[in-house]
Amino acid sequence: MQSFIDGLIASGAFGGLPAEAVYPAMMFLFASLVVFGFVLPLVTITIWLERRVWSRIQSRVGPNRVGPQGVLQGLADGVKNILKEDVVPDAADRPLFVFAPYLLVWGFLATFVVIPFSSALVIADLNVGILYIVAIVALSAVGVLMAGWASNNKWSLLGGIRSAAQVVSYEIPAGLALLPVVLLTGTLSTQGIIQAQGWAPWDWFLFHSPFTFIAAFAFYISALAETNRTPFDIPEAESELVAGFATEYSGFRFALFFLAEWGSLYVTGAIMAVLFLGGWQIPTGWTNNTVVLNIAQLTVFFLKAYFWVFLAMWIRATLPRIRVDQMMSLCWKYLVPLGFVNLVGTAVWMVIWPEGNAFVPYLMVVGTLALIVIFFRRVLYHLRRAKPELYFNPAI
Amino acid sequence: MLFNLGNVLVFSILAIAFCAVHLALGKLLRPHNPEAKKLTTYECGEPPTGGAWINFNIRFYLIALVFVIFEIEVAFIFPVAVAFRAWLLNGQGLFALTEILIFLGILVVGLVYVWAKRDLEWLKRLQPTEAEAQTAAKESELPKAA
Repeated sequence: MQSFIDGLIASGAFGGLPAEAVYPAMMFLFASLVVFGFVLPLVTITIWLERRVWSRIQSRVGPNRVGPQGVLQGLADGVKNILKEDVVPDAADRPLFVFAPYLLVWGFLATFVVIPFSSALVIADLNVGILYIVAIVALSAVGVLMAGWASNNKWSLLGGIRSAAQVVSYEIPAGLALLPVVLLTGTLSTQGIIQAQGWAPWDWFLFHSPFTFIAAFAFYISALAETNRTPFDIPEAESELVAGFATEYSGFRFALFFLAEWGSLYVTGAIMAVLFLGGWQIPTGWTNNTVVLNIAQLTVFFLKAYFWVFLAMWIRATLPRIRVDQMMSLCWKYLVPLGFVNLVGTAVWMVIWPEGNAFVPYLMVVGTLALIVIFFRRVLYHLRRAKPELYFNPAI
Repeated sequence: MLFNLGNVLVFSILAIAFCAVHLALGKLLRPHNPEAKKLTTYECGEPPTGGAWINFNIRFYLIALVFVIFEIEVAFIFPVAVAFRAWLLNGQGLFALTEILIFLGILVVGLVYVWAKRDLEWLKRLQPTEAEAQTAAKESELPKAA
């Protein structure tokens, strides 16, 4: 992005304006483009899609009235939330209560600085990219704890403290699961990690060795817990804690919590795509047009990232909530030791095969494909035996 | 580098401004009719009993303590992980691997200690300490007064 602005300045597009004035203006322009042109539409559409996907899984119809197929449902909800009264309870700690949603939105929007869209489209390729994401996402834990405490409500306090315990616990397996990839590439920059992979599945870090394969799923599970998603949604637990840390919130402040939750879902998917699925890598050589190439890369990256978002919706509609003691033992007794094993295993793997094993990636790709084929054969088997009205009909 | 960090600042400002502007705009549109009943704390419709700022279960603080130790450890491994590949290509792979193993070994001892002390258990059954067990045994031996 910096070289692009430099090019514009050199070509004289800004006349005689000093570079100190051009840079901040362009930075704000691009940041607004990403936030208002990509993140907000994405979040509203994701919320709508999630409700539709749940509905299909639960044999319901879901929101389908606002706009074609109900796509504008998120926008309508947003407008409604802005028009609702904003109640701050008398007993609440007002400054903290008001500030908490800001931290959550900040924690997820700031990650988009380093999340790439294609080989050329990235806001800033920070050399500490992955570490920066881990650090800035932790802001949301502070936000949730602050919301829970400031509400001065027992439900909120329980939700906030549970969430803090859960988020800080799962940060450790998440951090440990990132380390194998950092070992393999020797860089923390998101673009650098993508460039170290290839377009083909056997060049992805997901299939590099059994250790990275396990690390990928350990990271995904930890990320689900960090974003308070089902089956780890005990901080919100509608059936026991009313709405958890968000109980006392109303109006647009309440909507901000949801913005942050579904936004971080895409952030999770994007990190998975960057670290383990080869990011925007596509076969090169078929076009010389940079614009076409970048659009293709953007599409590929988005699909890879959105696959994990879809998987989270699927999990949310399928699995029940786990208990708090199960959640803690899953983290400390399974994922943390597994993270250590992955770390050491990857290091040993690299000492034995510095350039990666020539055979194992192909074997793992074939194995994964076989699993997918078996799964779809099972699904088709059950679909053939299902009642005709339960057939997937996207037009309802 | 300044450009990159500048972008972080720009995004932070934008995130804060996004919330602030929408909430301020909403203030012009939304109703504002506070009344005493509406502003009470929600407690399933009953009048709330006491505040929520009370002493909280100690288990959460234990988790926080364990977290601090391991999170610092993860932060320390990151630089080693970044440098590992360069060392490997210099032919110092085994040396670096040994270093990582020693560092992790110390931490695994810590994890095993916490585990053995049963601080990872959420549902803890309090084991009586040796002194308590002895006093309990003595009390049971003492002849009942009156």
